Amino acid sequence: MNADQARSDWPLFEVFLRSKRGLNHVHVGSLHAADARMALHHARDLYTRRNEGVSIWVVAAADITASSPDEKDPFFAPSGDKVYRHPTFYDIPDSVPHI
Amino acid sequence: MTGAQEDTGPLERYFDETVARDKRIEPRDWMPDGYRKSMIRQIAQHAHSEIIGMQPEGGWVTRAPSLRRKAILLAKVQDEAGHGMYLYSAAETLGADRGDLTRRLISGAQKYSSIFNYPALTFADVGIIGWLVDGAAICNQVPLCRSSYGPYARAMIRICKEESFHQRQGYELLMTMMRGTSQQRELVQEATSRWWWPSLMMFGPPDADSPNTAQSMRWRIKRHTNDDLRQRFVDMTVPQADALGVTLPDPRLRWNADRGHYDFGQPDWAEFKQVIQGNGPCNAERIERRRAAHENGAWVREAALAYAARQDAARQDGAKQAGGKGAAA
Repeated sequence: MNADQARSDWPLFEVFLRSKRGLNHVHVGSLHAADARMALHHARDLYTRRNEGVSIWVVAAADITASSPDEKDPFFAPSGDKVYRHPTFYDIPDSVPHI
Repeated sequence: MTGAQEDTGPLERYFDETVARDKRIEPRDWMPDGYRKSMIRQIAQHAHSEIIGMQPEGGWVTRAPSLRRKAILLAKVQDEAGHGMYLYSAAETLGADRGDLTRRLISGAQKYSSIFNYPALTFADVGIIGWLVDGAAICNQVPLCRSSYGPYARAMIRICKEESFHQRQGYELLMTMMRGTSQQRELVQEATSRWWWPSLMMFGPPDADSPNTAQSMRWRIKRHTNDDLRQRFVDMTVPQADALGVTLPDPRLRWNADRGHYDFGQPDWAEFKQVIQGNGPCNAERIERRRAAHENGAWVREAALAYAARQDAARQDGAKQAGGKGAAA
């Protein structure tokens, strides 16, 4: 890619949609735009042609910091051995109601 | 990709197990280079097909016979653009660059589906493209919703939902023409005869001539063989042709009660090779049109970036001034 081409390629934005009130925004894909405002308009045209959303977030892809999904990564290890955080860890007699 | 000789054995085993358990591979997972390359090629070719696929029908937008048909066709062509964008977005999660993909399409380094190198000669072709071409595409694409590569599978789910409208509008258009004059019925029959064989070619060469199929099936980036999908398409389409009242141009087409499937003839695979190699009726025209659109749009892309840079600079100046006042007060 030469310098001319690099200059004319718009940066990448990730798009998140709230499909209806009461639900979280969910990642749906990405698009290119010159700036965030244009990204929002493009996201509307690209990802909500059939009323798929009531709210859109766009985030410059370069601004996202992500964990590594690698199995060897110890990042998620701290939660792995703490079974006592789950309600099923505790034995309660069936005779005890409402618990 | 590191310079040192890394032992990828455990990573590869984990990858193979993930795929074998029918779990998805996600962008930042380790994957074999061959898998990454195959996925980029598959997704890019699919994206290019959607983008070039706007052209055969796009020419009819201004000549649609009613406002209703025009609005429908416009929405359909817009969808094709959208599908191309979803797919380029999925290809980028594998490290491909969108500008680079466009350049590879224009230079001919990457291919698109051979079907779009045939012309849409009459308005009946618009209906036939929806019925047969999009029908074949749906056959191909529904299993890809379970592709092992997550971003591709998710894009395919979205695409398949939208594609169903494409097929139905085409069939409805043809039904309307079949209720019209004898000349209109002839147009539908003539378009059916022209598009039938190219539609069967959309599933790719016969299994015996498709050397990559086995590896692709192991990686679960392909779920059925070309011949299986072709058979499925024929079985689905024959009753639709009967209901429409058109004849499919294959003298060997007949129901085989023993197999529980239709028997049918083979397309002209020499023609298929010719079209793939760039010698179809519209190859040069399609690429030239894409190249012109890309080059004629360059000033828009540049102007938008320049405007964004100016807005950004103005915002930063404003922030500095506000900060200065704040400090003074």
